[in-house]
Amino acid sequence: MDRVADRLSALGSTAALELRGVTRMFGALAALTDVTITVRPGERRAVLGSNGAGKTTLFNCVTGDFLPTSGTIRFFGEDITAFPPHERIRRGLRRTYQISALFLGLTVRDNVYLACRGVSRARFSMLRPGVNDALMQATERLIEAVHLTSVRDQLVSELAHGQQRQLEIALALAGAPRFILFDEPAAGLSPTERRELVAILTSLPPHIGYIIIEHDMDVALRVVESVTMMHNGRIFKEGAPHEIESDPEVQELYLGGGHE
Amino acid sequence: MSLIQEARAREEMLAGSVVTQPAAWSVTEQPWAWAVAALLLIMPLIANGFFLIEIFGTTLILGTIALSLMFLAGYGGMVSLMQLTIAGFAGYMVAVFGVSGNANISLGWPWWLATPMALVLAVLFGTLGGALAVRTEGIYTIMITLAIGAAFYYFTNQNWAIFNGHTGINTIATPHFLGVDWRMDIAFYYLTLAVAALCYFAVLYLSRAPFGLALQGVRDNPRRMAALGFNVNAHRIAAYAFAALIAGMAGVLQVWNYRQISPGSVAVERCIDILIVAVVGGISRPVGPYIGAFIFVILRTFALDFLVKVGLDGNRFRLLIGLGFLAIVFWSSDGVIGLYERWRKRTRQETRPPAGGHGHG
Repeated sequence: MDRVADRLSALGSTAALELRGVTRMFGALAALTDVTITVRPGERRAVLGSNGAGKTTLFNCVTGDFLPTSGTIRFFGEDITAFPPHERIRRGLRRTYQISALFLGLTVRDNVYLACRGVSRARFSMLRPGVNDALMQATERLIEAVHLTSVRDQLVSELAHGQQRQLEIALALAGAPRFILFDEPAAGLSPTERRELVAILTSLPPHIGYIIIEHDMDVALRVVESVTMMHNGRIFKEGAPHEIESDPEVQELYLGGGHE
Repeated sequence: MSLIQEARAREEMLAGSVVTQPAAWSVTEQPWAWAVAALLLIMPLIANGFFLIEIFGTTLILGTIALSLMFLAGYGGMVSLMQLTIAGFAGYMVAVFGVSGNANISLGWPWWLATPMALVLAVLFGTLGGALAVRTEGIYTIMITLAIGAAFYYFTNQNWAIFNGHTGINTIATPHFLGVDWRMDIAFYYLTLAVAALCYFAVLYLSRAPFGLALQGVRDNPRRMAALGFNVNAHRIAAYAFAALIAGMAGVLQVWNYRQISPGSVAVERCIDILIVAVVGGISRPVGPYIGAFIFVILRTFALDFLVKVGLDGNRFRLLIGLGFLAIVFWSSDGVIGLYERWRKRTRQETRPPAGGHGHG
């Protein structure tokens, strides 16, 4: 019964990501309260809100790092609410982290190779890949796409902060992503690096949608077509970037108070 | 301001990048490793039976058990204290399925049947233990694997039907094939050397294969590995299975070496010895456990005579081992390997200008 319903809704649904009534409690504290969001395939959306608004918790619920206390999450029509993280990733979901989550003891190339391997088959392969291995070539292309070719043999722990942020993005682009969650990708980047980041985000293939958490409005509002404002774990307002920017309530709550 | 800082940091980064590839510790790149390999091969010409078996054979067996711990701890970040227990279990299984003096227990299978059986069961043991251990992290992994080791020790002590209680199993038959008695000193030495080399190169090879790389990814950041599509716990359990195979092979050699096995062979302090061996040698590279095992065996064999000579109680040789352990861990976080690497870095900085030198690919 449920199976059939699932498949029917998958056929009829056009949403890439659909959250319904998602609530996440940490003890008595509600980090997310009744969050309902629908994102179309290929849609690019910013999630704004002050610290503690529940933005990263939202990401963690979508990727499965935490299970929601209640509510359902659908990814391209499929109910993934109880899936372990790796099963969600294998279905085309990706994410980056606010604080770089890289493999510091490995080289740039190994990091990217692992990302490519993780969403392909033979993850347990005991045979070393050859130079002509398709995944190795995909790895090289990805390294080039994020401008890290000159440091590809260096240990990640030796990279500059900006380079680590670029690698962070590369790991989320491996394989065939359908939807990406970017958690403050511009954090700690220089103005030049921010411009590069905007270029990378805007040049993503149009079928790849994403949600971006970003405090820098210059970055956030240039790379999205819709904005969700969060406050105290709830959805506060949704709309186009210019509507949100000029909304007096938003101004008071977030944009006004943000410049300290 | 931050732009300039960033640029400067990057320049420094590029200039300082002499040491880049961490995993290049193969025979081909270390000329002295050829010398060690050659020396090990011609050892029977140089060393007498005592040195061949008691020093080098024992070192290779102990080093291989510690190698299985190095694989788990160095690549997987999982410190397992049950590796000796797995080796001991494999040894017991050789005795139980094979031929021994305890005919009421041993099933009398030929060695070529009993040995694979022992290895399969050892892998099963390691996999089940691993499946329990991967639910925990850090110190709790140590505790749970130590608990498994302790439980097995007490079980062998009290179980008479299979393990023959505290007397253990004696006069275990060793293999004869190709017209060779493989328990003769020289033959056994080469057998041990072959198994150790096989395990060593397997681990070395695996460290750059997808399975080994993924394991290092799990070590560095398990959460991110899951976010890249890896089933982290499945990877950890598979690593335990592989490590159990290595430990099991060493355990089979161990029981062929002593021809007997008893609870004393799987005692808790033996389990901890393996940790000491691995840490003293260094757990960042597969060669570390063998260096640690050599130091351990030398100390264990000669510390007694040395202590007696300087007028101390010979039974205090463990004190000497303990002090050596303390000194090495104090001076280097990565055992002898760490000391060597620091020395090499220093000499390199003296002989070579720091810039340039960095090639791609």
